[in-house]
Amino acid sequence: MNVTLPLSQLQAGAQGFLARYDAHGMAPQRTEAAALFARNGLPGPREEDWRYSLLRPVTDVRFVSPDDAPRDVSDALARLPKIDAPRLIFVDGRFRADLSDLPAGVTFGAPAYGASNRPDQHKLVALNTMLSEDGVTIRVPAGHDAGTILLVSIGTGNDVSFHPNHAVTIGDNARLTLLDIALGDGVYLNNPVLSATVGGNATLTHLRLQQEALGAFHLSTVYADVAASGTYDSFALTLGARLARMEVHADLNGPQASAHLNAAQLLGGQQHADFTTVIHHAAPNTASRQTVKNVLSGHARGVFQGKIEVDRIAQKTDGYQMNQALLLSPDAEMDCKPQLEIYADDVKCSHGATIGELDGDQLFYLRTRGIAEAEARSMLVRAFLSEALDPISHVDGRAAMEAAISLWWDRHAQ
Amino acid sequence: MLEIKNLTANIDDKTILKGIDLVVPDGEVHAIMGPNGSGKSTLSYVLSGREGYDVTGGSAIFDGFDLLEMEPEARAAAGLFLAFQYPVELPGVNNANFLRTALNAQRRARGEPELDAIAFLKLSRAEAKRLSMPDDMLKRNVNVGFSGGEKKRNEVLQMAVLRPKLAILDETDSGLDIDALKIVADGVNALRGPKFSALVITHYQRLLDYIVPDRVHVLAGGRIIRSGGPELAHQLEADGYAAIVAEAA
Ligand SMILES: Nc1ncnc2c1ncn2[C@@H]1O[C@H](COP(=O)(O)OP(=O)(O)OP(=O)(O)O)[C@@H](O)[C@H]1O
Ligand SMILES: [Mg+2]
Repeated sequence: MNVTLPLSQLQAGAQGFLARYDAHGMAPQRTEAAALFARNGLPGPREEDWRYSLLRPVTDVRFVSPDDAPRDVSDALARLPKIDAPRLIFVDGRFRADLSDLPAGVTFGAPAYGASNRPDQHKLVALNTMLSEDGVTIRVPAGHDAGTILLVSIGTGNDVSFHPNHAVTIGDNARLTLLDIALGDGVYLNNPVLSATVGGNATLTHLRLQQEALGAFHLSTVYADVAASGTYDSFALTLGARLARMEVHADLNGPQASAHLNAAQLLGGQQHADFTTVIHHAAPNTASRQTVKNVLSGHARGVFQGKIEVDRIAQKTDGYQMNQALLLSPDAEMDCKPQLEIYADDVKCSHGATIGELDGDQLFYLRTRGIAEAEARSMLVRAFLSEALDPISHVDGRAAMEAAISLWWDRHAQ
Repeated sequence: MLEIKNLTANIDDKTILKGIDLVVPDGEVHAIMGPNGSGKSTLSYVLSGREGYDVTGGSAIFDGFDLLEMEPEARAAAGLFLAFQYPVELPGVNNANFLRTALNAQRRARGEPELDAIAFLKLSRAEAKRLSMPDDMLKRNVNVGFSGGEKKRNEVLQMAVLRPKLAILDETDSGLDIDALKIVADGVNALRGPKFSALVITHYQRLLDYIVPDRVHVLAGGRIIRSGGPELAHQLEADGYAAIVAEAA
């Protein structure tokens, strides 16, 4: 294969983004990021962790900045789960105070650039930081239970790209559930970064619903820095976008810190979705759990890359990683790359991967009980997903995920 | 109720059923006995519509329906039930939800109103109690981690809730302890009546002491080679299959 062509196209694509950067009066973070992006460009096929996900389709579109024309997003708003909680609505990456309902302790309207925002290490974070216009900073004071906040991104199409940069800080012994929903219509690129800092004995529950338009692109990066006895408890459901990559970097920095990076990717047609995680165990007695389920129909392609790094100091690390794929069509494909880098000697790390089809004996058993084939298939798919969904204890969040899965299934049931 | 005529079936070009003739009238219980590998489970799978079997000839008429033309779920809604020799585990599927989904799917297919959650709970608990099954088995995933005997009892629970017109019990007695055997037999006997028939596949005459059959058939080499009354089971228990098989050959 000739790799020169995509590389040059990548460069052309990067130039397109770069041309939109206007150094005038910009925050120093953006200036620095622009210099990095000018030098490094977009991730390409020669990079080890981008081998399975090629950004070429992104460079086929000439993305533009959102204009100031008013957009009617009532249709997208109507699709949001009905949850009684404060909501922060971004349209094409811009905060919309008129549609939002502000919780206390939130500052908004400016990119947040959290402490772990690393444009020098991640090319997509450099792109985000260079072009970021807006974002939200959520601070939950120590000891406070902030309940649930909805963070919503709506893309309106017209080949815009937007690059919100958010930061969430959970004080010691504090809690927050962030229900993070991305949806939209048409062709656009959503390239968000969210940096989370979870304090001692604090919990951030991060429930993510990626329901972007099927012509859209979703390239997100999450950083979660977790202090002693803190928990970053996340579940990410990927249903939308033509090409999606969710990258999560979780650093367990204090003893007893834990991270749950559970996910489900349900894809059809020509969709491509990539869930890439890097969990860094940097303190003793830390734990990570990842249950990743993929349901792939049509010509869809799912990717899971999970790296677990265990520092020498991180004795008694408990790491669990399981990736499973259910292929509903012979043309669907799953690529899975687990990676363990362990420098401590007293650790418990396990990983596994399975790829299979719906079980014919199980289907027949259900059908002999009178359950029609389509419903039987749906039951088995849900049963397959249940391991990833069951740990979600947030009732409304779980219901929102289930409803989104039902909708997906109605569209894809053959 | 069930009328099978000259039924032949292959698996991968290998002929397993070589011309089965069998009539089970309304309200009767028939037993099928026969050596390992003679085609008993194959017959039950062909009757319930499992894929992978090539029906090459003959017919099976059930309650007026041409069984072999129907989807498995339609056969169930028409009143056919198969208790599996090896019940299938369904990880992630709750037993009570499964049973309620099945019952309501059948009721919908028959144009009957669905049972709401409370009515279903009452029904399933009562039936579980009759089979001496602890309530928690309804809350567990279908057959997952069940012992061999518990799986068989769970099959009978499904039968009791779904109330079929014709139940095929494929070695439901295998793996049951003596008490469980009586309980399961009581479960079947409770359904007996003019509108219920059963085809009981077993290797052991003992079950037939509890579920007394109207007829006993011997299936060997893909054919019914002998039929008789309950005494035939006693004869088989005493003499084995060799004499009968030799006589038929
Ligand atoms: N999927 C298959 N592929 C090939 N041969 C099969 C398959 N299923 C069944 N057979 C064969 O068909 C024959 C009949 O099997 P069947 O399971 O019907 O026997 P059975 O009478 O139920 O035996 P048992 O008393 O041991 O349960 C056997 O020789 C078996 O090996
Ligand atoms: Mg058998």
